[in-house]
Amino acid sequence: MPHCAYVLRIADTSLILAQRLGEWVGHAPAIEEDLGLANVSLDLLGQARMLLSYAGELEGRGRSEDDLAYLREESEFLNATLVEQPNGDFGQTVVRQFLVDAWQLELYEQLLESKDPRLAEIAAKAVKETRYHLRYSAGWLVRLGDGTDESHARVQDALTRLWPLTGELFSTDEVDREIAQAGIGPAAEALLPGWSARVAAVFAEARLAAPVMSPFSWHGKQGRHSEHLGFVLAEMQSLHRAHPGATW
Amino acid sequence: MVAAAAPIGAEPPPALLAKLRLILAGVPDPEIPVLSVLDLGVVRHLRERADGTIEVGVSPTYSGCPATPVIKADIVQALTHDGFRAVTVDVLSPPWTSDWISEEGRRKLVEFGIAPPAQAVTSPRQLLQPDLAIACPRCNSTDTKKQSEFGSTPCKSLYRCESCLEPFDYFKCI
Repeated sequence: MPHCAYVLRIADTSLILAQRLGEWVGHAPAIEEDLGLANVSLDLLGQARMLLSYAGELEGRGRSEDDLAYLREESEFLNATLVEQPNGDFGQTVVRQFLVDAWQLELYEQLLESKDPRLAEIAAKAVKETRYHLRYSAGWLVRLGDGTDESHARVQDALTRLWPLTGELFSTDEVDREIAQAGIGPAAEALLPGWSARVAAVFAEARLAAPVMSPFSWHGKQGRHSEHLGFVLAEMQSLHRAHPGATW
Repeated sequence: MVAAAAPIGAEPPPALLAKLRLILAGVPDPEIPVLSVLDLGVVRHLRERADGTIEVGVSPTYSGCPATPVIKADIVQALTHDGFRAVTVDVLSPPWTSDWISEEGRRKLVEFGIAPPAQAVTSPRQLLQPDLAIACPRCNSTDTKKQSEFGSTPCKSLYRCESCLEPFDYFKCI
């Protein structure tokens, strides 16, 4: 079911990043950033809910958005490995966010042309929110990169560590190929030129050097994750697993 | 989530439509209660189904906005209170835009101390550009400065007026 897997990949990437950003609530360096990160998290969660509901329909086994979010195991999550990485300091969170925002913007812009009307509809909603997310993360990346020696060193270091995880976003596999052939979504590699141009422009302004792309690729979108996802899920799913079907 | 298979109802006759709109004009947005759901532009259609049920199409402002379920429940409650059988359906496309806030709504926002969206969202790409000068809702000075891209709700940014020194919310263009 490449269609369902494809939608799950986009949904899970939003969901896990939303969960990571939620960890900042009450801990961000300033009240404005606490609000900012929480707002981005909320948008991503809203997007994930629409996409998970749709994935559940495509799967045809009657699973709801909650079933998919709370009752799947680690290897069934298809998010990009990048978004499950720990928050680190505020600079590392900003770098991760920027890399993902730029990718999501490219993805949603191309999904506007999807032959799947439902996916095009969700993309039309999400693309507007994503533009604000990118403005926020790019703004901070420039401020930190072109800031003090300390802030520059920290975001450059975060970029060096996170950069190898971006390769996965642009490596086309069997699912992507079938999706692209059916006109449902762009092949993963088709997002690279737009993304590269966008991030390069901001790196120049932020005085950051883009590391060289590593030939090694992660495979989170095929359910093979780094050691960090298990911990994210343990927290995210604990209430639902302890009290199945709990509602507010 | 989206009731795509729901039977398409017909546009209610003018007298009924006016009555329904009057009821909805009294349903406030839970986060910016000075605006009604009509001022906010989230009510996309009103239809009367064959069995007499009133169907209200509601568009979320932001996909994760926690006010959306409250708005839908409030709409059903208000219509039920006035003797109607009512349901809401989600309308995702076209996506809600701040252009749909009514003139009346924009006026109410200023009175409430929130700067309304500065421009029409004609080209979506303009959302990546820096904002125009935003006028302070209190003293009308455009000598204002953005404090934070995100404010107390997803739909607002935080600003400060450099002239009267008051902080204020700005309703973002989207």
